[in-house]
Amino acid sequence: MSIELPPYASTGQKVWHYAYLVICGLIFFFLIAPILIIIPLSFNAENFFTFTPGMLSFDADAYSLRHYRDFFTNPDWQQALWNSVRIAPVATLISVSLGTLAAVGLSQSHVPFRGAIMAILISPMIVPLIISAAGMYFFYSRIGLQGTYVGVTLAHAALGIPFVIITVTATLVGFDKSLTRASANLGAGPLRTFFKIQMPLILPGVISGGLFAFITSFDEVVVVIFVGSANQQTLPWQMFIGLREQISPTILAVATILVVISIVLLSVVEILRRRSEKLRGMSPG
Amino acid sequence: MASTDSSTAFVEFDRVQKSYDGETLVVKDLNLSIGKGEFLTMLGPSGSGKTTCLMMLAGFETATHGEIRLDGKEINNIPPHKRGIGMVFQNYALFPHMTVAENLSFPLEVRKLGKSEREQKIKRALDMVQMGSFGGRRPTQLSGGQQQRIALARALVFEPELVLMDEPLGALDKQLRETLQFEITRVAHDLGITVVYVTHDQTEALTMSDRVAVFDDGRIQQLAAPDTLYEQPQNSFVAQFIGENNTLRGKVAKLSGDHCVVRLDETGEEIDALPVNVTREGDETLVSIRPERVEFNPELGPDAHTLTAEVLEFIYMGDVFRTRLKVAGRDDFIVKTRNRADQTRFAPGQKIQIGWLPQDCRALDP
Repeated sequence: MSIELPPYASTGQKVWHYAYLVICGLIFFFLIAPILIIIPLSFNAENFFTFTPGMLSFDADAYSLRHYRDFFTNPDWQQALWNSVRIAPVATLISVSLGTLAAVGLSQSHVPFRGAIMAILISPMIVPLIISAAGMYFFYSRIGLQGTYVGVTLAHAALGIPFVIITVTATLVGFDKSLTRASANLGAGPLRTFFKIQMPLILPGVISGGLFAFITSFDEVVVVIFVGSANQQTLPWQMFIGLREQISPTILAVATILVVISIVLLSVVEILRRRSEKLRGMSPG
Repeated sequence: MASTDSSTAFVEFDRVQKSYDGETLVVKDLNLSIGKGEFLTMLGPSGSGKTTCLMMLAGFETATHGEIRLDGKEINNIPPHKRGIGMVFQNYALFPHMTVAENLSFPLEVRKLGKSEREQKIKRALDMVQMGSFGGRRPTQLSGGQQQRIALARALVFEPELVLMDEPLGALDKQLRETLQFEITRVAHDLGITVVYVTHDQTEALTMSDRVAVFDDGRIQQLAAPDTLYEQPQNSFVAQFIGENNTLRGKVAKLSGDHCVVRLDETGEEIDALPVNVTREGDETLVSIRPERVEFNPELGPDAHTLTAEVLEFIYMGDVFRTRLKVAGRDDFIVKTRNRADQTRFAPGQKIQIGWLPQDCRALDP
């Protein structure tokens, strides 16, 4: 940590140093405050989106779990949860499989038009979501996928693929090509080489990419509104509707649950990834 | 010594050419026969085509023209994993996510060997490179020399008849290199395997090989046993590349059979030489003399030529002395003498006569 100033720092440097700390603090505040504020609000005993006087004076009666109860009993919310849980893992699986294959393929120097292919595959991440969504809507309508689970799942998979390609490509940069040669030389065919040598070594990148793909699908709202129908209402969609139509603080409870799930998921995957890196002898320790 | 007769060749390159871009040839018309059990080294500067040849043999590169044969069968169209050739890579290429034993087990599992047979072979291979107790370690827990030993064991564990080595000792320090040079030759000899070894280190090539192929510019410049290569280089590239070498530029003044007289360009002095690739009187030539074959104040017979030299520097190196001389206008002429009790130690500025036996002075291409 280079928080300490060196003893020879000039006045200007000192001023800038503290200004820098303040700016960093503000940035963190703007990023995190909206997320943190919903957590206490979700325990509101009233149907309000604001702190009640009772909450501010830490009156125990002003807090309750009623919004959480609502989430777990209301059939609309339960259907949305079930839809999300059905769509996200399958979309993730498709993203990871296709994205990993694409990244491995594009890492071969003899593939023609690598840059162009890469750009096309990454485009869902760069093109404004609303444009992808509108395009998918017209395309999927024509081939009968609009308003189906398959359609929403494929759409989410397409959104997740760029994340997998980027993380796996980054891992492949550090991958020693002579390992695949050694494997072939020792008698292993291409499939065995891929699963026994290459896959275990790029697994951390694959896991990270998979996590991003999962979260993308899990909190995606624009594409699902275009491509899905009432039957494919996912959690984010239901939250969007809840905000516009019902204005129920249940949204805050759901948001809190999603935040907790995200944090847990990120931590678990990061721990797993570090462990596998260590096991594979890629980082010291 | 292995047979080098082409009818019994184990590995054969037959008019092989390689081009990466379709225009320039990296390997130009390579013809090479390697006998069974032979230790052949491909030696050359970087970019000379030696590694490309090795990669074509391993199957990682395809030959643009020509045929590569292994044990009489053409292997151009056989993928690398079906060639059954062992290989030791420059950066070891051990699988970092596997233990040493798992690394060695990999080629045996591919060949569907039973567990007990695998364990037995792994143990034998590890013992062979004196790493018997390291089976449970991971490659990152080993030093460079240990990793290279494991890489060698892994290349040998499935008992290939041909093993390729791509500068396997390049990343190690000098002492370790010498130990491993000895070990590789010992193991290769004990197992009777054929080895094709690529290096740019001439000492390594000379000490380890049965024969050395000196590569330059995509061609084999000379293919010979180490002593022949050192003592009878066929052209000036080989003479320069192998060992230390004094060169003088001149024109052939007289040529008769296995003797010629060369008139030096700088001073017009005449010296005796062995014609190697000069064919006519008047040819330009570069004569090459090894530093240890030069004699001071020689007694070579009545009609032998000698040169006058001025001592510029006397360097004491322990077992040998290096004397730097100014000869025929050049100030980089080196003479190496053994540190003997009666060996004269010259002082800078001294004027002396030097000479050599005509057969030690080779008149090569300019």
